[in-house]
Amino acid sequence: MEPLSTAPPPEMNISLGPLHLANPVMTASGTFGYGAEFINLVDLKRLGALVVKGISLEPRPGNPPPRIVETSCGMLNAIGLENVGLDRFIHQKMPFLRTCRSRIIVNILGDSIDEYALLAEKLTQVAGIDGLEINISCPNVKKGGVAFGTVPEMAAAVTLAVKNATDLPVIVKLSPNVTDVTVMAKAAEESGADAVSLINTLIGMAIDIHTRKPKLANIIGGLSGPAIKPIALRMVWQVARTVSIPVVGIGGIGTAEDAIEFLLAGASAVQVGTANFYNPAAAEQICTGIEAYLNRQGASSVHEIIGTLQTTF
Amino acid sequence: MREYQENSIVQAVDRLSDSLHRLTLFAPQIAAVARPGQFVMASCGTTLDPLLRRPFSIHQSFADVALQILVKVIGRGTRYLSELRPGAELSLIGPLGRGFHATTTGSVCLIGGGIGIAPLLFLASHLPTSPECSACTVLLGSQTKADLIVLSEEFIQFGCQVHTATDDGSLGHHGYISNLLPAVLPGVEKVFTCGPHAMMTTVAGLCLEADIACEASLEAHMACGLGACLGCAIHGSGNTYKHVCKHGPVFDAREIIWNP
Repeated sequence: MEPLSTAPPPEMNISLGPLHLANPVMTASGTFGYGAEFINLVDLKRLGALVVKGISLEPRPGNPPPRIVETSCGMLNAIGLENVGLDRFIHQKMPFLRTCRSRIIVNILGDSIDEYALLAEKLTQVAGIDGLEINISCPNVKKGGVAFGTVPEMAAAVTLAVKNATDLPVIVKLSPNVTDVTVMAKAAEESGADAVSLINTLIGMAIDIHTRKPKLANIIGGLSGPAIKPIALRMVWQVARTVSIPVVGIGGIGTAEDAIEFLLAGASAVQVGTANFYNPAAAEQICTGIEAYLNRQGASSVHEIIGTLQTTF
Repeated sequence: MREYQENSIVQAVDRLSDSLHRLTLFAPQIAAVARPGQFVMASCGTTLDPLLRRPFSIHQSFADVALQILVKVIGRGTRYLSELRPGAELSLIGPLGRGFHATTTGSVCLIGGGIGIAPLLFLASHLPTSPECSACTVLLGSQTKADLIVLSEEFIQFGCQVHTATDDGSLGHHGYISNLLPAVLPGVEKVFTCGPHAMMTTVAGLCLEADIACEASLEAHMACGLGACLGCAIHGSGNTYKHVCKHGPVFDAREIIWNP
């Protein structure tokens, strides 16, 4: 039997620039709906922040099915950014989100820089939103489909346009589908991003050998889940060494141990994604697990472990 | 509507045939609020591979204490479930989705194929029991006799008239179960169906033609069952996507584009 601890609970609050969170465990965009989907299963006020499904100016219907397929320790998705659009988000989803006593971060996506800026401007006027996360994985329609997420100049331009349109804290969510993710992180930082979050999904595919068809109607899709954690961790470590703004780690986090690895690698916070699907209790369990780890380590604050990776052997 | 993440305890695993297993699970929270046509998401292992839960129709719910699911072994996840032993824990999320609307007072027909028979037994147990106000005809199809012996007997115990069909002719009609529907349809007020998509497409077509209400329970790959992943989209009427987990799994047949 363990002796009763007399130490006060560790400090869990962290800051992403001007955005202050009660703890470093957030839910990742696209894996937590608009929050209400989990009302019966998750104590939403225990989340450091709730990042909602990506919102575009107009509703998007999404891709034809099949949209998801399970892979080894992961899943591929090609949902196609299905979302209710800005107006319905504000009028139908925000009233609930304002009641859940968690920080609310709205993930935004667009096909042009103007769309991103307009989304940021309009959401800034909505009560109850604590920050924006820019999804730069969409193709830029005006520039012939070049993804904002893979060209540093484009990422910089989007970040700048959003920053100019809002006084909300801005997180730029980075794609791993680049040669050097630190270049993208640098571009976001230099354009005024308050934080970067990474990684988004890795592009992959799966084939049914009996029908000789791809398992997704979209042929390719985004890989997520525990399978991508080592890659995400490597990228977070690289980015944390490169930029001086806070880094939010995402990618295959399902347990407190996973989350602590990201914190040690330099992430100030983490986002739980695919784990919300197979274990809705994951984010709460991770938060509790980090506290227990800090207690065992004799740390009085989560800040005492962030970026403390020991690289000498 | 309440939903729970509940660690159920396996009470029994009954082998109905070579490929069909019935799990009885002690899950008082879910069992207390489950309605016919709803489903649960079950963990299919204790490791990260396979990663995702699998959806299972609630097959029966007993006295607010236990529920049953019917498992056909087709892959690693369902094999894991079929090999569970009494006393084992099984994490469930449920009850999920929109179930059947069993408020009808006229005659009804339940038509199920293969593993799709699962939710129809729960529905049969909730139909009005007085024979003056309703009659229930049940059409059950499967590949072979072994899958149907136990199940057809249970529908009979609920007062239903059961007809069967098998692909190999070992029991009842030799052929598709949907072949038996036209003879049953006259006088039926509502049809409830669950089974292979092709079977339900035929059933829905016959019902629409005869202007008879039809509810169908659909299946799709889904990651969460909660309306968050948006992976379980199907083609709905009015050029929309419907999500099997939230809009369904039970749909009015007119809400679906059966041949997109």
